[in-house]
Amino acid sequence: MSQRIVNDFSITVGTVNGSGSSTANTTILRALFKMGIPVSGKNLFPSNIQGLPTWYTIRLSKDGFTARRAEQEIVVAMNPASFARDQASVSPGGVLFYDEGIRQPITRDDIVAYPMPVKEIVRKDPSIPSNLRDLIANMVYVGVLAQMLGIELDKIYQALSFHFKGKQKPIDMNFNTVKAAAEWAAASLEKKDPYFVEPMDKTNGLIMADGNTAAALGAIYGGVQFAAWYPITPASSLAEALNEYLPMLRKTADGRQTYAVVQAEDELAAIGMAIGAGWAGLRAMTSTSGPGLSLMTEFAGLAYYTEVPVVIWDVQRVGPSTGLPTRTMQGDLTFVNFISHGDTQSIILLPASINECFEFGWRAFDIAERLQTPVFVLSDLDLGMNQWMGEPFRYPDVPMDRGKILWEEDLEKLKGNWGRYLDVDGDGIPWRTVPGNRHPASAYFLRGTGHDEYARYSEEPQVWERMVNRLKKKYETARQYLPLPQIEEHGNRIGIVAYGSSEPAVREARHLLQVEHQLATDFLRLRAIPFHREVGEFIARHEVVYVVDVNRDGQMKQLLSVEYPELAARLRSIACVDGLPPTARWIVDSLIEQEVKHESTIAR
Amino acid sequence: MSQPLPVSGANVQVNLVGLTKNDYRGMPSTLCQGCGHNSIASQIIAALYEMSILPETVVKFSGIGCSSKSPTYFLNRSFGFNGLHGRMPSVATGALFADTTLRGLGVSGDGDTASIGMGQFKHAMRRNVNMVYIVENNGVYGLTKGQFSATAEVGLTLKKQGTNPYMPVDICMEALASNATFVARSFAGDPKQLKELLKAAINHRGIAVLDIISPCVTFNNQENAYHSYTWGKDHEAPLHDITFIPAREEITVEDFEEGTVREVTMHDGSIVLLKKLEHDYDPTDRWQAMRVLEEAQRNNWLLTGLIYIETGRPTLTDLYNLVDKPLNRLTEAELRPAPETIDRVNAMMF
Repeated sequence: MSQRIVNDFSITVGTVNGSGSSTANTTILRALFKMGIPVSGKNLFPSNIQGLPTWYTIRLSKDGFTARRAEQEIVVAMNPASFARDQASVSPGGVLFYDEGIRQPITRDDIVAYPMPVKEIVRKDPSIPSNLRDLIANMVYVGVLAQMLGIELDKIYQALSFHFKGKQKPIDMNFNTVKAAAEWAAASLEKKDPYFVEPMDKTNGLIMADGNTAAALGAIYGGVQFAAWYPITPASSLAEALNEYLPMLRKTADGRQTYAVVQAEDELAAIGMAIGAGWAGLRAMTSTSGPGLSLMTEFAGLAYYTEVPVVIWDVQRVGPSTGLPTRTMQGDLTFVNFISHGDTQSIILLPASINECFEFGWRAFDIAERLQTPVFVLSDLDLGMNQWMGEPFRYPDVPMDRGKILWEEDLEKLKGNWGRYLDVDGDGIPWRTVPGNRHPASAYFLRGTGHDEYARYSEEPQVWERMVNRLKKKYETARQYLPLPQIEEHGNRIGIVAYGSSEPAVREARHLLQVEHQLATDFLRLRAIPFHREVGEFIARHEVVYVVDVNRDGQMKQLLSVEYPELAARLRSIACVDGLPPTARWIVDSLIEQEVKHESTIAR
Repeated sequence: MSQPLPVSGANVQVNLVGLTKNDYRGMPSTLCQGCGHNSIASQIIAALYEMSILPETVVKFSGIGCSSKSPTYFLNRSFGFNGLHGRMPSVATGALFADTTLRGLGVSGDGDTASIGMGQFKHAMRRNVNMVYIVENNGVYGLTKGQFSATAEVGLTLKKQGTNPYMPVDICMEALASNATFVARSFAGDPKQLKELLKAAINHRGIAVLDIISPCVTFNNQENAYHSYTWGKDHEAPLHDITFIPAREEITVEDFEEGTVREVTMHDGSIVLLKKLEHDYDPTDRWQAMRVLEEAQRNNWLLTGLIYIETGRPTLTDLYNLVDKPLNRLTEAELRPAPETIDRVNAMMF
């Protein structure tokens, strides 16, 4: 056996969609996490309920890298339909665990292959009802992997116990199968591969969550009062998490609700309801993905022009069209930036981690109410639906900002003299009242048509110009309320700009560039649009800036080029989309390729 | 709070909340002279004034079209949201969660409701949103110069448009099929009945649909057209003679001959008094409502009156067990979970 490889490889499990493998996969992930090993888990699944091949890939990284890797050292093949492909996908020198019931030939001699008698192991336990055998069968590979790699059984027990919320019967049934499989492997398989897991202490104090749950929890701590949504992958679990955690966190002692969640008839209605609620003074949100957002565009323009606060989570997937509904992309950036007809400018937040999903979950309401405008939070399928390690969620460190709102006593002091769209403070942000205010001077008629400072209908050319120019001024004001970019800079020639869920891949890529190519890079991670001054300054300080986009067209590079035309020549695009989360290798290769190309151009 | 505006002059009449009829008015109408929508606006003003409802407790909603402009022409002291074409129901649905003491008053048109807004219309019905949903129904698109709408009768011929080849949508039938709890039809040319129906609709808890035939004097008012004044006057077939009696007033049923009236008691004890005309009609019977609408359609009657009412069903916001305080007045302390809860949440993240 060659040298031991410890805590630094990937495990991919190929199963049939709907076969119940997700319990087994998250159990492995959680057990490794409990062993203190940095892990990340990604579900690569089809748009299908049952029957199509699906994969789950777990990366263990003693160095703490959590991006996807293309290499798969360990592959578990449970699906006859994808067996050939799964066998082919094993990295040279890697390992294939397979259900021996599949009865297809092992054709590679550069890997180690271990058969697993899945059916026999499950059948031996008479306590498993026959209708649950197929589900429990997945626990066989959990047990075999545990034995062959060294995953601690008590950690698997903890993971199962968490998954089944302490219900003893399913915990025991699953764990007994894990144990039986591990015992079978101990007695029947000889370890021929170099892969091992060993306990570490690198996950102490960390949590594990998916971005959609984090976003929902953040929204709850942000005081969300109204959410309307329509089911769509990959955003549904965000609203479902609201439904799961709101009753626990936001009911009064006598069981009354301080919130409402409505499943709408479509995305048009979802955003319409949220805008109605936002207009009426509630912290209101909707969550959707690209196709839903396409339907929401008219309302988004209305809310922009009439100045209604609302938070819109866009958990991006691959488009255009229905596209790849279960795959990830940073695809809606330019669309959201210019959303709706006419002159519009959007406030966009770009979370890169579960912690930022949580933070932007509450902060988005402060920003929306302060600016009285829609705030778009662009997450994506990879961030939203996959399990990520992170620091524990931090309680909001600032009080809520309800923005400029006038109630009865305020209007009394003003003797009723106010105008809904008057820029009295010079920052482009007017004051507002909300329905329910009983002061006789509180009401105004909101209209999507042209209106003046007192919300009166107007088609006067100078009024229109004045009003949209004030909106532009408000957009300038917005910057001071938005999260700053994160910058790591040491005077290097090359800068990298990225945003959102590509952060782990970029972090690892910078490490690889240093180690493999002795190429040090600076890094700026965008967290919001409009861009802060610091973004332009960072670009100006670098000879070359690579902008990483998980889309075909380099959408962020496009936006930066528009914002900083004088710096556009320094920008180079690293952009690609194939539906899978980006890898560090892809970023390294693209960057080096372009460096070489440009060097040879200069040399010539 | 809720200080009525000072009343000028000594002899100005005020209602029970100390307001004059002027306090219920809006901006001058910019619709055509004689437009049915203007007389509907007048009756809305009269109904709310007579019911002594504070304008600040009403929220107006509308979509896009001539009808949807009309909330500008009444209730200046009420908040209003003039949104997108066909999307009034969703906005109202969300907004009315903010303060459930508020009453929604939506004005839409036949294009806004029966074409582009059909989906949202029907979903507002099945959710029983607590609002009045008025459809000012004239069979044509006025603002875009007279195209047929989905409620135009088949065979209707207009000078510029030719002949309408499609079957019409019956707003009341759609509302009933979608489980609306209050369905009525009226005619802008019958202000007396309209005002009483408006009062009952405003007092109803839940969605109250009022399909009001409201002639477009510019594009669709020729004598033989279903949505014209002349045709309406000639063909109106009222189901009953309706009177709304607010809870606080004493009923003097003895004015009526025994067996000639029906009473429907509303949630707050108010009564809708229905004086029988040709036939006895029970508006709480959904089967009968369906049948009478079908009959009207077959026989080309302009059937008016309270077609259906159901008083017991919970409204949308009733289903949510909300706190008593209006949601939009909750403070940070009431909205943000306590700091110690965050550890419990983090313990669940594994």
